[in-house]
Amino acid sequence: MDKLIIGGIELESRLFIGTGKFPSKKVIPDVIKSSKSQVITMALRRVDLNSKEENILEYIPKDCILLPNTSGARNAEEAVRIARLAKALGCGNWIKIEVISDNKYLLPDNYETIKATEILAKEGFIVLPYMSPDLIAAKRLVEAGAAAVMPLGAPIGTNRGLKTKELIQIMIDEIDLPVIVDAGIGKPSDAAEAMEMGAAAVLVNTAIATAGDPVKMAEAFRLAVEAGRLAYTSKLGPEKRFAEASSPLTGFLNEGEK
Amino acid sequence: MSFYREYLKYKDFEFNKFLENITSADIFRIINKDKIDEYDFLALLSNEAEKHLEEVAQKAHKLTIQNFGKTILLYTPLYLSNFCINRCSYCGFNIENKIKRKKLTLKEIEEEAKVISSTGLRHILILTGESRKETPVSYIIDAVKILKKYFDSISIEIYPLKEDEYIEVIKAGVDGLTIYQEVYDENIYDKVHIAGPKKNYRFRLDAPERACKARMRSVNIGALLGLNDWRKEAFMTGLHAKYLQDKYSDVEISVSLPRIRPHIGVYEDIYPVSDKNLVQIMLSLRLFLPRVGITISTRENQKLRDNLIPLGVTKMSAGVSTEVGGHSSKTKSDSQFEISDKRSVKEMKEAILSKGYQPVFKDWMQIDY
Repeated sequence: MDKLIIGGIELESRLFIGTGKFPSKKVIPDVIKSSKSQVITMALRRVDLNSKEENILEYIPKDCILLPNTSGARNAEEAVRIARLAKALGCGNWIKIEVISDNKYLLPDNYETIKATEILAKEGFIVLPYMSPDLIAAKRLVEAGAAAVMPLGAPIGTNRGLKTKELIQIMIDEIDLPVIVDAGIGKPSDAAEAMEMGAAAVLVNTAIATAGDPVKMAEAFRLAVEAGRLAYTSKLGPEKRFAEASSPLTGFLNEGEK
Repeated sequence: MSFYREYLKYKDFEFNKFLENITSADIFRIINKDKIDEYDFLALLSNEAEKHLEEVAQKAHKLTIQNFGKTILLYTPLYLSNFCINRCSYCGFNIENKIKRKKLTLKEIEEEAKVISSTGLRHILILTGESRKETPVSYIIDAVKILKKYFDSISIEIYPLKEDEYIEVIKAGVDGLTIYQEVYDENIYDKVHIAGPKKNYRFRLDAPERACKARMRSVNIGALLGLNDWRKEAFMTGLHAKYLQDKYSDVEISVSLPRIRPHIGVYEDIYPVSDKNLVQIMLSLRLFLPRVGITISTRENQKLRDNLIPLGVTKMSAGVSTEVGGHSSKTKSDSQFEISDKRSVKEMKEAILSKGYQPVFKDWMQIDY
């Protein structure tokens, strides 16, 4: 598969995975393995350095890129503080900005996200902001120094699929940065669909974590992401509304004048 | 604007007439809806709905996993003081009860903190009785400053504060508030709160909202089940949670479902709430408010608590003592109520894991420094 480059790093895998909601932390290393994912996100609020057993970082292989997220931040200021703490705790300089001031639907605050992105990008972070799919906000994020943009397919945890498809497609068409579909992807076919559309990658958590067999589901997502990407790069044939056997209405135009 | 206005809307509502008219078809229609309104919620609390608990449980289970995953957050209460100037007929700390009173010194608080944090817990809930003389806000703040060294999340369950006092304690490091209305029915409230500042129904009712305004991160409310018809109380609790969730969307709202436990003192006028009733309340709440946190304390027994895990609970206490100094001190006070599930943190952790759930010890951190 063609490589994805973010923040100067070449990635083989276009499937990012989250570490929340699993029935046990012990399953996470196997999930990472079967997903072949290289970028792993985790809520910094859950990182517990006091206990080896409880520390999520202990379950993530060292060759993965850590993508700590700012879950819990209600505004740009809190997101910036969490990002700095993440760096101080040794989680590297990648950060997924999540600014959510709506606990009912968990929808992100694009305005505060842009502010946080600008501050953190200047400080040298590789910033991946989670956002509501909005072209103008995405353009502002590009200007603010984001390394990629991460629009939601549907609200976090809903498994509802690509409800925001049209808006994401516009972002893919218009934005020069990688567009990573985050949140809402409920099944491998949703992931494949996003990749076929030209998404650079997808981030999946709930659909894998709450599956009956998370390890197998992670593999299913890996295959779907690879298939979707392959389909995108091999240029899908155009969709047609009608069968194309002949042109009953305009065929005469090709017959030449007699 | 206050939740009191919402409360008044239902003051003369004919609950029994509404509940009696609910049919099986209503319940199935509600289960199949994506989003339910307050009347659907009330219908789920009906007798008729009790016949379909398994179907409701399936939906509640699905919603909980979707929103919270297979995880249970663990915390423990830390009793700082049991001095209290209220006369509440249902509580062991009642000023009239001749019990051993105690208030922890700052040194003792640190001792308790050390013992509790050594069990791995990172979330703590501090409790006091209501005595601004023995445990003023300044004492709470001093305690929080010590506890910050040992815990990542500090919640308070103390007497209701004014908004500027909530701002003060938040600044000191408090991120959560637990405050139960005890009973939403104003008349019963007045009856069971015989004397003391707690008699002020409105000041208590509006306390969660004052904390939201002060930008508290999480607010946990509840009714003490058994003081009134549980259907009405569960309904008002749900409405209160929804009111706060709608109005203060940046605050994590959660609900506790405490049932009255035996304690020192006399209170016999109890409305029974069976295990089945408790489950019905929990399931109905989950369908009504899919993202609301639900807490079950060690008031409930081991077997029931284990069985409640897949049904909607998101937070449980473990390694609990309701005595002041109960974790480390040789001279502890009498308890607020008798706990039922006496398992240690380690035992709780194993029990949760064996249910196929992940015990979560840390889900917050202090970022305000």
